[in-house]
Amino acid sequence: MARRIGIEVSRSIAIAVKLANVDVVSAYPITPQTHIVEDIAELVANGELEASFIPVESEHSAMSACLGSSAVGARTFTATASQGLELMHEVLYVASGMRLPVVMAVANRALSAPLSIWGDHSDVMSARDTGWIQIFAANGQETFDNVLCAFRIAEDRRVLLPVMVHLDGFHLTHVIEPIYIPEADEVAKFLPPFEYPLPLDPDKPVSMGAFGPPNIYPETKKAQQENLIASKEVILESWREFAGVFGRSYEPLECYQCQGAKVLLLAMGSFSETAMSAVDYVREKGDEVGLIKLRLWRPFPFDEIRNAVKDADVVIVLDRALSFGGPGGPVCSEIRSALYGLDKRPKVVGFVGGLGGRDISRDGFVDMIRRGVEIARTGSDQEFEMFGVRE
Amino acid sequence: MEKYSVFVPKLVTRKESFAPGHRACVGCGEALAVRLACKALGHDAIVVSATGCMEVVSSPFPETSWRLPWIHTLFENAAAVASGVESGLKALVKKGKRPDREIGIVAMAGDGGTSDIGLQALSGALERGHDLLYICFDNEAYMNTGIQRSSATPFGASTTTAPAGKVSIGQVTWKKNLAAITAAHDIPYVATACPSYPFDLMTKVKKAVSKPGPAFMHIISVCPTGWRCAPDLTIKIGRLAVETGIFPIYEIEDGEYKMSLDLAELRPVQDYFKLQGRFRHLSEEMIKRIQDRVSKEYARLKEKAACSQKQKS
Repeated sequence: MARRIGIEVSRSIAIAVKLANVDVVSAYPITPQTHIVEDIAELVANGELEASFIPVESEHSAMSACLGSSAVGARTFTATASQGLELMHEVLYVASGMRLPVVMAVANRALSAPLSIWGDHSDVMSARDTGWIQIFAANGQETFDNVLCAFRIAEDRRVLLPVMVHLDGFHLTHVIEPIYIPEADEVAKFLPPFEYPLPLDPDKPVSMGAFGPPNIYPETKKAQQENLIASKEVILESWREFAGVFGRSYEPLECYQCQGAKVLLLAMGSFSETAMSAVDYVREKGDEVGLIKLRLWRPFPFDEIRNAVKDADVVIVLDRALSFGGPGGPVCSEIRSALYGLDKRPKVVGFVGGLGGRDISRDGFVDMIRRGVEIARTGSDQEFEMFGVRE
Repeated sequence: MEKYSVFVPKLVTRKESFAPGHRACVGCGEALAVRLACKALGHDAIVVSATGCMEVVSSPFPETSWRLPWIHTLFENAAAVASGVESGLKALVKKGKRPDREIGIVAMAGDGGTSDIGLQALSGALERGHDLLYICFDNEAYMNTGIQRSSATPFGASTTTAPAGKVSIGQVTWKKNLAAITAAHDIPYVATACPSYPFDLMTKVKKAVSKPGPAFMHIISVCPTGWRCAPDLTIKIGRLAVETGIFPIYEIEDGEYKMSLDLAELRPVQDYFKLQGRFRHLSEEMIKRIQDRVSKEYARLKEKAACSQKQKS
């Protein structure tokens, strides 16, 4: 039977990794790290998890070692955040391009300069196009569950792509939440052992990572794109199976109080939990608003988004990252481009807020909804607005 | 050497794990060194290549020269990828998912991928004590991308980013001492080698993979394209690099130095320089300066080897 315990979300991820019985964890402790890998190291040191723990000398090497261990067919995990994710940037493309199903938890945090250790989505947005499957968690349980799902999705033969599970730095990584922790045998029912189809093996030599001249490179990229798109079916299937075993179900996006709502707020990550209470509050006051919690960031759920907003007049999107000199936040850009081709589409209003750990309270979201509705009515000469920022 | 020629086919496997048909330049010393290393490795090995000449010439999709399991990912991370391969195999063997047998894990990179951009990853892998062999095939510049200088380019050589000119002699820094740097990690085995001495090279590769723990080999690889020399002189120039003391071949086994070829007298460096266009511009004064340093360093190396021998006895 699953136990429900109060635990720091980072530490619960270490338990999920143990339950997944990973073979290799490679991680660097700074730039910055969380309790995730500290706890994994402890589990290995105590013999509770039989795995190789590689305390590498940088995040670049952390992800590089993950490539090596995944290529021999070992179930592989790492965690990082912020500058660390940037340092492993070029290696991320290799993991997806070479079909190595590494699973990584990313504690989303701001980027320097100025130095900030606090949460936002600046780090992950530069990793948006790396070809990884990316899932955003809104709370501790979602994080825990999706780390387990990530292994199953990544290692499925139809997928064989790396997966990032995003959890907001501090707002999730450093809070204690009640989380259901399943038993190992329940996890074993859901998560089959990892069988990499063609691992590095002297008895069956393969060449991995050949170079691609112009006569083949575009085809490899097309195949990768099609593969990532097709992974959505497996993601949905895994979530359904997960619901069957554990009773908690996940969708690419979750609609909260969206029935009949003409105004929809859209957020990704832990802030969507606060936004829920703002929606409740505004609804109590008589305004029909709803909330879309975006969970699957890559592959992007175009159809689900179009369907979710089809009856709305206004969609207000909160981004926790800034595309400097661009059209606003990356999430807002995606939503706009997903809806642009529709004959009837809602107005999309973009806000960028919550940067570098700046909190947005329930009242903040209430203000955001009001301001968003106003902008939709009057129009604005700005592409987006910075929310909760002093002039 | 002549008396051995009859026996050579019996001494060395005919099996080519680094298959012919690759696209290395004519006279490539590195391709020869890789070929010899692969012969020494035998069947049970996994090769991790860094980006560079050998990766590019051996793996244009859909062709491959590798008959050993082989992986290439990036430029600076061969040591880290090899760390992952080793740790992954170890974990799988422990859990009974792979048969327990000795597999030589060998990272291969050029001088740029080792002494410049990959030095940190290499240091990390050596310090952590992974059971792997890292081989640096040193052709003394970024040859794959057009002969740009690296920290392994020798003093006085002309390259495209440190060209000899009216006010410059080309490279103005001395070659980074990779063997000393890696030996400073207190690893069980460090060796230098040259494909002009094939048996020495193969013996060292075998020893390096069979010794538990990290091992490092530094192999000089004559590059006719970048060194501006005739491609039929590769073996000769390799020998001259050793015989002049410019690239001495030796081992550091458990901290003890041992000369593989202990020369009583060195040939003048000029013998080596005059066959290569990259040194053509050097004045007599510069050559003398280099000669002094080479002689001094060779003497120092011999001293270390003598000291190790003395301690042993």
